[in-house]
Amino acid sequence: MREGEADPGLYDYLPYRGRKRFKWPGGKSVAVWVAPNLEYYEIDPPPHPKRKPWPHPAPSVVGYSHRDHSNRVSHWRMAEVMTRHGFPGSVSLSVALCQHHPGVVADANARGWEFFSHGIYNTRYSYDMSEAQERAIIEDSIRTVEDATGQRIRGWLAPALTHTPRTLDLIAEYGLDYTCDLYHDDQVQEVKVANGQLASIPYSLEVNDHYGFFVYNMSGREYAETLVRQFERLADEGAREDGPGGTVMCIPLHAYLIGQPHRIGPFEEALDHIAKDGRAWIAKAGEIVDAWRAGA
Amino acid sequence: MTLPADYSQYPHRREGYDHDLYVWSNMHERAPVSWPKGSVAVWLTVSLEWFPIQPGGPFKAPGHMVTPYPDYRHYTSRDYGNRVGAWRFLDAFEKAGVKASFATNAAIAERYPELVEAVQAGGHEIIAHSTDMNGTIDATLGEDAERALIGDAMTRLKKASGARPAGWLSIARQQSFHTLDILRDEGLTYCCDWVNDELPYRFKTERFGGLINLPLNHELSDRQIITVQQQSADSWAQSMRDAFDWLAAEAAREGGGRMLPIHLTPYIMGLPYRIGALECLLADLAGRDEAWFATGSDIVRIWEAQQ
Repeated sequence: MREGEADPGLYDYLPYRGRKRFKWPGGKSVAVWVAPNLEYYEIDPPPHPKRKPWPHPAPSVVGYSHRDHSNRVSHWRMAEVMTRHGFPGSVSLSVALCQHHPGVVADANARGWEFFSHGIYNTRYSYDMSEAQERAIIEDSIRTVEDATGQRIRGWLAPALTHTPRTLDLIAEYGLDYTCDLYHDDQVQEVKVANGQLASIPYSLEVNDHYGFFVYNMSGREYAETLVRQFERLADEGAREDGPGGTVMCIPLHAYLIGQPHRIGPFEEALDHIAKDGRAWIAKAGEIVDAWRAGA
Repeated sequence: MTLPADYSQYPHRREGYDHDLYVWSNMHERAPVSWPKGSVAVWLTVSLEWFPIQPGGPFKAPGHMVTPYPDYRHYTSRDYGNRVGAWRFLDAFEKAGVKASFATNAAIAERYPELVEAVQAGGHEIIAHSTDMNGTIDATLGEDAERALIGDAMTRLKKASGARPAGWLSIARQQSFHTLDILRDEGLTYCCDWVNDELPYRFKTERFGGLINLPLNHELSDRQIITVQQQSADSWAQSMRDAFDWLAAEAAREGGGRMLPIHLTPYIMGLPYRIGALECLLADLAGRDEAWFATGSDIVRIWEAQQ
């Protein structure tokens, strides 16, 4: 990015109208990917000058144990629903989960899910990191995920969405193919980096379950309806002859939210709707970026 | 500005948790638990709260005073729950033929003995819930003060109610790293604060002598859904039905009992325009074959016998 300038210079302006059309494989109009965040939050992380990890001094019992629900109960509940309806996960992974709860990571890997890095812990914030510190979390991520799953990570979602001005350049330098941190479009877009290339894949933060339940205060049924509307619109636009071509819908999830017993039933109905519609290319993040590069 | 080098060090990065309070276990791989009837234990817990008009304690409890002193508006609307709402709950539970747990401030038992007598006469359970709504706990309180607070709550609640509770609910479920030791020393059987599971589990027995966590899901509470998320009472009841349906189906599929904790607040769900939604829900669930309405102690006892 252009550090210190008003426009960070992440991308060129490209109007939604008049874009060169392209279709997803099989002529599908919208690529749908599901991004479960498999996370570990520390009970008593070191302090960061710019962000407080918890609302109470450690142990912040509800905050910590709510997130732990994912790793004891709701990961499997969410994953089973996804598998049942044919949705693989592209996992936003706190890579230290490979050490703390390897069974969760192994389950996702056995389901054929893809992993990208979401930092070491979701309680370590990147603001103010030195270049050496930031390189260390990228190298640690690559190594840790490779050791635990045999997969080479291809993407990045910054831990707790915290960045430095050099993050995007660095991940491109390490050969990563996509970032999930930019929310400027409903299609895959090129990101300007110092060297190499990097794609921005839409992560649809506005329909993230955390936004649904804790920013917009939706019920489980309202959130499920939101996903269906998001899908319907993007599928319509992706199919239009005068439209922009293949759109992208991401469903970003946290098991401790979507896997609660009052929400998972309506969510399953939304997945069923999308799977049966026929216009969705249900894919993993890396596949979507590859198809876009091949056809863009 | 840069961060210190140790910001990038991870001394607790290891298999298992980054603390020593309980061990990891995933629910679907445990030996299944079975209830005396049905497959979903429906655990109603009512919070009986008295808010002193002058807030105190390490942090302000949810629902505490808002305006400058004297905040008549919030003092009285919280106390409405104790005068009116809780009595509506008792009638509703009797009509549905169900038993509940009442997480009770010691000050409630002292100030409103008629209410606590009616709770006990109805066959409901009393759970200890600190002294009053200034009796919050966090790490800034200090171990000695916390030990005194919990001891005071237990002593006063026993003196006023005649019963020594087996369970403890912290205000806002917030603890310090000393709380579990203190609850063990007070002879409590279980606490309800850690919301990481949907069945009871034991804290590390070598440290906490068998103390059990009975998770009281905060996401399913009327406070979370109605007060925080601003949903209607009907939407809350719909969520409870959706949760029950899911858990009953999951229990049938996987063969183990499940638990539906429903946390109620008299000044929230006991209002005239909301109580009907609770009454309808109770009637529906009481008519379901899969439902076993139970108090916290009932659930803990049955679970413990199968471990």
